[in-house]
Amino acid sequence: MFDSLSDRLGGILDKLKRRGALTEADVGEAMREVRRALIEADVALDVVRAFTDKVRTRAVGVEVIKSVTPGQMVVKIVHDALVETLGSDAEPIDLNAPAPVAILMVGLQGSGKTTTTAKIAKRLTERGKRRVLMASLDTRRPAAMEQLATLGTQVEVNTLPIVPGQSAVQIAKRAMDAARFGNYDVVMLDTAGRVTLDEALMAEVAEVRAATNPHEVLLVADSLTGQDAVNTAKAFDSRVTLTGIVLTRADGDGRGGAALSMRAVTGKPIKLLGTGEKMDALEDFDPQRVAGRILGMGDVVALVEKAAENIDIEKARATAERMRKGVFDLEDLRDQLTQMQKMGGMGGLMGMLPGVAKVKNQIAAANLDDKVFKRQTAIIGSMTRKERRNPKLLDASRKRRIAAGSGTKVEEINRLIKMHRQMADVMKAMGGAAGKRGPLAGLASMMGMGAGGPSPEALQQMAEKMPGGLGGGLPPNFPGGKLPGGMPGLGGGMPKGFPGLPGLGGSKKK
Amino acid sequence: MSETNPPEKTGFWRRLTSGLARTATSLTQGITDLVTKRKLDAATLEELEDVLIRADLGTATSARIVEAVGRGRHDKMIEPDEVKGLIAAEVEQILTPVARPLVIDTAHKPYVVLMVGVNGSGKTTTIGKLAAQWKAEGLKLTLAAGDTFRAAAIEQLKVWGARTGAHVVAREQGADAAGVAHDAITEARVNGSDVLMIDTAGRLQNRAELMAELEKVVRVIKKLEPTAPHAVLLVLDATVGQNALTQVEVFTRMAGVTGLVMTKLDGTARGGILVAIAEKHGLPVHLIGVGEAAEDLQPFSARDFARAIAGLA
Repeated sequence: MFDSLSDRLGGILDKLKRRGALTEADVGEAMREVRRALIEADVALDVVRAFTDKVRTRAVGVEVIKSVTPGQMVVKIVHDALVETLGSDAEPIDLNAPAPVAILMVGLQGSGKTTTTAKIAKRLTERGKRRVLMASLDTRRPAAMEQLATLGTQVEVNTLPIVPGQSAVQIAKRAMDAARFGNYDVVMLDTAGRVTLDEALMAEVAEVRAATNPHEVLLVADSLTGQDAVNTAKAFDSRVTLTGIVLTRADGDGRGGAALSMRAVTGKPIKLLGTGEKMDALEDFDPQRVAGRILGMGDVVALVEKAAENIDIEKARATAERMRKGVFDLEDLRDQLTQMQKMGGMGGLMGMLPGVAKVKNQIAAANLDDKVFKRQTAIIGSMTRKERRNPKLLDASRKRRIAAGSGTKVEEINRLIKMHRQMADVMKAMGGAAGKRGPLAGLASMMGMGAGGPSPEALQQMAEKMPGGLGGGLPPNFPGGKLPGGMPGLGGGMPKGFPGLPGLGGSKKK
Repeated sequence: MSETNPPEKTGFWRRLTSGLARTATSLTQGITDLVTKRKLDAATLEELEDVLIRADLGTATSARIVEAVGRGRHDKMIEPDEVKGLIAAEVEQILTPVARPLVIDTAHKPYVVLMVGVNGSGKTTTIGKLAAQWKAEGLKLTLAAGDTFRAAAIEQLKVWGARTGAHVVAREQGADAAGVAHDAITEARVNGSDVLMIDTAGRLQNRAELMAELEKVVRVIKKLEPTAPHAVLLVLDATVGQNALTQVEVFTRMAGVTGLVMTKLDGTARGGILVAIAEKHGLPVHLIGVGEAAEDLQPFSARDFARAIAGLA
């Protein structure tokens, strides 16, 4: 079933091949398939509708990342919106109330209340170091109380002794009393499963709530639930005011649209996921994972994320191409600076290189920190496009304007221009000398895809060719460069084969 | 423990309609809302499709039914009751071939029924209700507590055994389920039972190791009695969504499901996935559960179910 779905989606989405911003038509077309995907994932129809409307508005006009189709772009936007709707922060069970804190578990028959009760009790006992008492208020299903008692023994949590013939409310009161006398921190009240239309039973659970004033009222719901999820969640919320939701059987292969439905109609957080039959198979809610499953298009989402990363690689490749031709303007410099920042700045970059720990300290001492990159980026950003393309234009008046615009001083601008000029010289020298292939091909490939990088021989060659030795990519006057040596002092410690900082495009390499 | 008050005997119609009425109410409301006002144009049909989707029929099945309803009637003015009739007719047409009662073949003694399904679908309760019904018909029963995993599942079945006077075969919790099945067949033969119902632990169909375990139970049963299990019933919860299709597929492949039981139709859930399952797998639907009492487990009737879904019941 899912195969045919992704096939169909693929078909539709592939048709939208145009570039540029997402049009209404693109979004509309993709949204029809998204709607279908969400329904097949059991998201309630009304929730699907509200959700797609929201995403539609958000998606129209968004720039499509190169190398993905508009449809794929929409899917990514939908995915992000899903994560957002599901709630990005994990909300743990709240025990911040005077002891004994009551936790009331409610839900339909067979949703997994008793098992979940024991799992939570185990977690609170072991991780939270709380004294927990469990009580079954299920007076209906045969052996329900025995089930909780057995589980209690298994997870080493005390259960309230069974007294036959008591009503749910009586048991609940007895549990609270026992907890007070026994100095328990938490009382977990497991109720009988009930259909929300059963007025008597709904009244009973409301009465239990009133009698015990629980700090948490958790709806235990099956993640395989279909469209009915909204009715169930709404009905329980209106009668007992839920504080959170626990989704069970999240280890099944259902797509779990119930999570979105319930979250959307109640606004209550999904706190935990039941992920197996073992007593410790209880996990914090992970919206990313759940969103991925609901949409069932994890591959598309990954693709778009990858494409977004690739933009940088393409940019680097373009820069490398320009450098090969000996062109290197301030825009190129800015790209290089941004890339370096992305790679974790100077520190991160150095950390990636073997044997530079010492240099790293030197850099730190020389104040060559990431703020410098930021300031330089700001300076370049305050220039006009013309100025960036042709730095020769920069006269005193322009420099003053740029300094004011970027919150820097004219000296800093001068330093930047000098640095750029030296870098450009290096590029030109390399570009000129290297001719067609040679070391620059290696450099380009390094700056481009980062795949493999230049061969050691090529680097050796390059080292000989470069003015000021290896590492010549960074000019002597690199900001803060009070370090000794050619490129801001790094020369000595820099391992061979480090062809100029600016171009280091391949963050995947060590 | 439970004190189920023996509910008064009521007519078939009342029971079914009270069970399915809620299902129908919202559907009826939806259909009436949208058709009294307008003619049967594309927008109306789309809303009709939404109504079916809300009942868990799924996108594909809903689309087909709506298409059938709309065929040749586009832009015609149409009465709400007529639309309901058309929907009911389409649904009934899909369900009729699968509405087949569970008939115990007395040639087999014992007639072995294996109960399978995901956790919490209502296997043990269904066994209990069937035991009560068959006991009333004078059949001699043995129940096998094959759910050796869930805490107190054995006790739960024993309670049903005590209530219905059926013999219960059980081992300790954690015992091999196939071993329990083996013992049960042997004992049922010895005690001359007409029917042996074997409970199993709930399992999600994507858990390979658990499905292999179920396969083993079937294998062991066959070793003792090659014609058994004579019925393998997959129990589905009415609240279940599209995942039920996968459940049917995998349980059928691994355990040879011969028929379906749908439980918990007395809630707000519509159980419309049955229609999609019928279309896709064509497995017989034997029984539906519309309440907590034993007689609330009833034979599945395509016409009644379809009419109830369409709001005509």
